[in-house]
Amino acid sequence: MKKIEAIIKPFMLEELKEAMNSIGVQGMTVSEVKGFGRQKGHTEVYRGAEYVVDFIPKVKVEIVVAAEMVDTVVNAIITSVKTGKIGDGKIFVMPVDSVCRIRTGETGKDAI
Amino acid sequence: MKKRLLAFLLITSCLCGFLSPAFAEEGLGGPPSDEAVVSQVAPAPAPEPVADSAGTVTGGAADVVGVTAGAPTAEELASMGQSEPLAAKLADVVGHNRIAINMVWVMVCGFLVMFMQAGFAMAEGGFTRAKNAGHTMAMNFMIYGIGILGYWMCGFAIQMGGVGGIASLGGAGVLNSEFVVTLFGKDFGLFGTKGFFLSGTYDVAVYAIFLFQMVFMDTTATIPTGSMAERWTFKSFVVYGFFITALVYPLYANWVWGGGWLSQLGKNFALGHGHVDFAGSSVVHMTGGVAALAGAIVLGPRLGKYKADGTPNAIPGHHIPMAIVGCFILAFGWFGFNAGSTLAGGDFRLAVVATNTMLASAAGAFSAMAYMWVVYGKPDISMIANGFLAGLVAVTAPCAFVDSGAAVFIGAVGGILLCMSVFFVERVLKVDDPVGAISVHGVNGAWGVLALGLFADGTYGDGLNGVKGTVKGLLYGDSGQFMAQVIGTVTNIIFVFVVMYVFFKVLDKIVPLRVSPEMELEGLDQSEVGVTAYPEFNLTKTHR
Repeated sequence: MKKIEAIIKPFMLEELKEAMNSIGVQGMTVSEVKGFGRQKGHTEVYRGAEYVVDFIPKVKVEIVVAAEMVDTVVNAIITSVKTGKIGDGKIFVMPVDSVCRIRTGETGKDAI
Repeated sequence: MKKRLLAFLLITSCLCGFLSPAFAEEGLGGPPSDEAVVSQVAPAPAPEPVADSAGTVTGGAADVVGVTAGAPTAEELASMGQSEPLAAKLADVVGHNRIAINMVWVMVCGFLVMFMQAGFAMAEGGFTRAKNAGHTMAMNFMIYGIGILGYWMCGFAIQMGGVGGIASLGGAGVLNSEFVVTLFGKDFGLFGTKGFFLSGTYDVAVYAIFLFQMVFMDTTATIPTGSMAERWTFKSFVVYGFFITALVYPLYANWVWGGGWLSQLGKNFALGHGHVDFAGSSVVHMTGGVAALAGAIVLGPRLGKYKADGTPNAIPGHHIPMAIVGCFILAFGWFGFNAGSTLAGGDFRLAVVATNTMLASAAGAFSAMAYMWVVYGKPDISMIANGFLAGLVAVTAPCAFVDSGAAVFIGAVGGILLCMSVFFVERVLKVDDPVGAISVHGVNGAWGVLALGLFADGTYGDGLNGVKGTVKGLLYGDSGQFMAQVIGTVTNIIFVFVVMYVFFKVLDKIVPLRVSPEMELEGLDQSEVGVTAYPEFNLTKTHR
């Protein structure tokens, strides 16, 4: 099993969710996060004085799937949220040791 | 028209016995219209007026004399009493109703102005940071309570204790004691001495004018909470609250509205109608703005406001939507502020006043938007909101004396002045004013009273401050009026700045004005008022 963590633009969440539905992903966890990448935030002007927004609002989506699904999911995420402009985000894939469904006690793939 | 007004006044004063013998002899004084304030010093009139606490005597036949073109004269009323007793009785009811309309207008407008406190709280709260939101709102809230008590104890008596009667509200004229010094053979009214704790003034008209004047005063008192936000100790704020509401504001207000010396510049020195300020560009807003400047200088800038080289950092407000709603509430209340200052629902000039008020706010917002867009590339909403208020402040003095074109011009200049002033205060004076209070209220307050001295077009204000004729500005031929406006402006700046600066300096030695740096960095909510405005949000700072 693998966990896929995607940091995306907040307004692309709906597209991502539709894409996941269409490939049969059963669930996801979404959080509002802030951060920066290579563009290092941006400068704004408030009342005539500049200020730097260091951390830009993003959405983090966490999805756990069976290992063989990873490429499909990653490709679907890229296709659904890519704008081609700076700040589209990143996808991280990492191993998951175990999963347990709290209600039934199921473990492993059955619990995903 | 003029003769009728005079007759009305003289007869009314005889009937009610609330004006001084000196006034009656001179036969000069008169209200701006049949409905406005009679400002008169009254040195010990023979029969002490009886307060009407039940409201059963106020408003009667005397109040119909000369009110409209077809209204009866006092002689007609007197003779009618014998020949047509029913008509005389009806005249009594008509007079009562006239005062009733005026009373309701003054009350409702007073309630509108009271609601401006909510506007100030939201505007100042929104333009400051989330970590200080509880503290900023607490100051805006408590200045209302402190202001009422301070004004009741002392402020009202100093401001209005010698005003005489308010013709449009009837009443017995129990506010009849002004402290006057005589210089160069002229009387200089300095402060009123009747009505401390409202004692001896248990009268419906006095209570009405107390409520109306109190909410105006509180507008002044809440202005410095903006320029001094995010770093001011609550303890010293409370002391400040009593000081400005009980002493500083009432003194200047007495000089302009309470029959004091600035209002008599016309009568004594032939300078137009004396310092004229219809609804308070100088009395209310400039006083608040100048006090805000003195306070912000003594308090110093917020931590992190200036870089080591002295260039300012932006510290964005945390809740722009709340601030904008606050500005709308202020604009709504401002209709009470300006149109209510006719003190009479029967003075139809209130329609002109309200429309001018509306137009100036639009012009101020628009010119500020244009300025920010052209100079800084984006229409900064916080500056537009300030420009909107700047237009309102600027038109507050002249709103009754100009037409729509002048109102738009005055508002538009106000918006530009606001932008230039904000940057001047921040970059040249290096004074940190989080919400722009100094520029909105101080600078535009001064512009407002000067604009009156320029653009007053002579359509209104007949007999104001005891001077015959209407109010005319410099462009309409009365340079004396402009001089009076300049004197009033300079007096305000010097008096309020010196008194407030010294007060804050002395207070700082006794009750420190500034919170500790640790508290300031953490936010004032917990340390100063014991409650965090947004306990369920993680207030991570994501900008610098």
